[in-house]
Amino acid sequence: MKNVTNDLILKTATTIIVFLILGFSVYLFFAGHNAPGGGFIGGLMTSGAFVLLYIAYGFQTMNRVVKIDFKTFIPIGLTIAVLSGVGSFLYGQPFLSHTDGYFHLPIIGKAHLATAMIFDLGVYFTVIGVTMTIILSIAKDEGEQVENAE
Amino acid sequence: MSNLAILPILLPLLTGIMLVFINKQKTLVKVITGIMVFVNLAVVSWIGSVVFQEGPLVLEAGDWPAPFGIVIVADQLAMVLVITTNLIAVASAFYAFRSLDEQRERYYFYALFQLLIAGVSGAFLTGDLFNLFVFFEVLLMASYGLIVLGGTKEQLRESLKYILINLFSSILFVTTVAFLYSVVGTVNMAQLAERVADVEQQGILTTIAILLFLVFATKGALFPLYFWLPRSYSAPPTVISALFGALLTKVGVYSILRVFSLIFIYKLEFTHQFFIYMAGFTILFGVIGALSTNNVKLIVAYNIIPAVGFMMAGIGVFSATALAGTIYYLVHDMIIKAALFFLVGTMAAISGTYDLRKMGGLIKHHPLLGWMFFIAALALAGLPPFSGFIGKFLLLKGAVEEDHYGIVAVGLIGSLLILLSIIKIFLNGFWGEARLAPEQEKASENGRLFPVALLLIFTIALGLGAEFFYPGIQGIADSLVDPSIYIDAVIKE
Repeated sequence: MKNVTNDLILKTATTIIVFLILGFSVYLFFAGHNAPGGGFIGGLMTSGAFVLLYIAYGFQTMNRVVKIDFKTFIPIGLTIAVLSGVGSFLYGQPFLSHTDGYFHLPIIGKAHLATAMIFDLGVYFTVIGVTMTIILSIAKDEGEQVENAE
Repeated sequence: MSNLAILPILLPLLTGIMLVFINKQKTLVKVITGIMVFVNLAVVSWIGSVVFQEGPLVLEAGDWPAPFGIVIVADQLAMVLVITTNLIAVASAFYAFRSLDEQRERYYFYALFQLLIAGVSGAFLTGDLFNLFVFFEVLLMASYGLIVLGGTKEQLRESLKYILINLFSSILFVTTVAFLYSVVGTVNMAQLAERVADVEQQGILTTIAILLFLVFATKGALFPLYFWLPRSYSAPPTVISALFGALLTKVGVYSILRVFSLIFIYKLEFTHQFFIYMAGFTILFGVIGALSTNNVKLIVAYNIIPAVGFMMAGIGVFSATALAGTIYYLVHDMIIKAALFFLVGTMAAISGTYDLRKMGGLIKHHPLLGWMFFIAALALAGLPPFSGFIGKFLLLKGAVEEDHYGIVAVGLIGSLLILLSIIKIFLNGFWGEARLAPEQEKASENGRLFPVALLLIFTIALGLGAEFFYPGIQGIADSLVDPSIYIDAVIKE
């Protein structure tokens, strides 16, 4: 590497900010269904956190640390989403029927849970998979060109 | 409520997702594709028989009642087209096993293929204009993937055009749906039909109708919006061209058929008269294109356009007989276009070129291929006893009954020119001196003829067995002329 940039501030800030973003994305994911939020926006926010990590630490470092193929997120998410719709067949209800109810959970207490959340989880995974695949493929393209140029 | 109606969409969708998971095991992918296309065909045929016996199946997704929620309507017209789609899927899958290179298979061809089938079936089945847009997007997404798969120079150039034109028409589509919603306050097709009927399609509604027509005309490749089609469809490998040629434009035609037989039917003297002119020009210009080239694949791709023109003529005439002709022709054309693409693909694979001037005498070593092509050519041109004849006969009969002699003349001249364009392939490609000895040939026809044979059997059956198929098709056409049947099936009060 010829130009080593001094990005100490970015790296330090990123380590803290990433957790804030991830936490907020989980909050957004659960806020969905009744309030602004949901799987799509939560997934985008999570990918935002990942992208920030890639920007701060670089492609090679991240690939060493995060050994996940984001492409597999897409079929996993799709399967969850479609099966959550098919689940209604078991109860003799039309496709995509959903139900909800109030439950008492340990620690959290009274919570409103909906099966639409399962569908949202599918959306969440799919969005992460698609966003990360697109961004990383574009990033990889550029990396190859730089290597060729040198 | 009936969950049966969603199965034609759900099965290919789930299969497609499953194929992404196991993409690395090539044999397993092929085995599952091979099994699932037959399962799909069996399931949709069964649903089709239920629909023909008991009337349309309506699924209100998520248990939301009809005008408010999303509805999937499996009526006779939709099921006939879905069954044909799945028949083509069977043929395409087996042609792909034989002809597709390993690289394309590795990059998710079979998964995209299943998603395309899911999108096309969804477009036929949906009872909601906005979801028609959604399913258009589903099938277009899959088709974007398929057209660029392999990434040759020609494919990249053509896919850019293809994506831009489709993106533009999708934007126009969703804008038009928004216009329509702002005027009548619904996107449910049955309720749209009721509300447009209430105000007798005044002023702005006809403008919206024409905008919608432009969208579907772009997708369906009508004059003058067909310019993008022939080259884009002939750029990818044969099996993908066949899928596109057989299915995608037909979704556009189906949408025009549905929207302009159910919703916008109160200004016939303006809209449908306009369709007849469009149909005439489409037939003429399409066939001129087909005559202008020596590239075998391009000839078949150009021949998609006049076929769309014939179907439009039936919609324009808008009588029960003409509509029956349109539906018959639609089914016939889906089958025969797939068969023709497979045949010219096989010819090109054997001779190693798409240029007709460099082929010759193929019938010497490939008699079966030659005679199959001959049958397909006659069926395309509409000669008895094949399926094209019945469709064209009904269309022209309907046009004569309604005194549209102009389109009859154009149709007959067009048919003759179609025959000329396609028989040119037969004369130059199959007759004459054999250019290549058997050992010089670039590929064998082994296994490639089985899918074609399957499709040709249906072409012949649709022609010779017209006595059996015709009453059902005429029944669909009768129900299209009377929109209240569809409306009552969806909105029960």
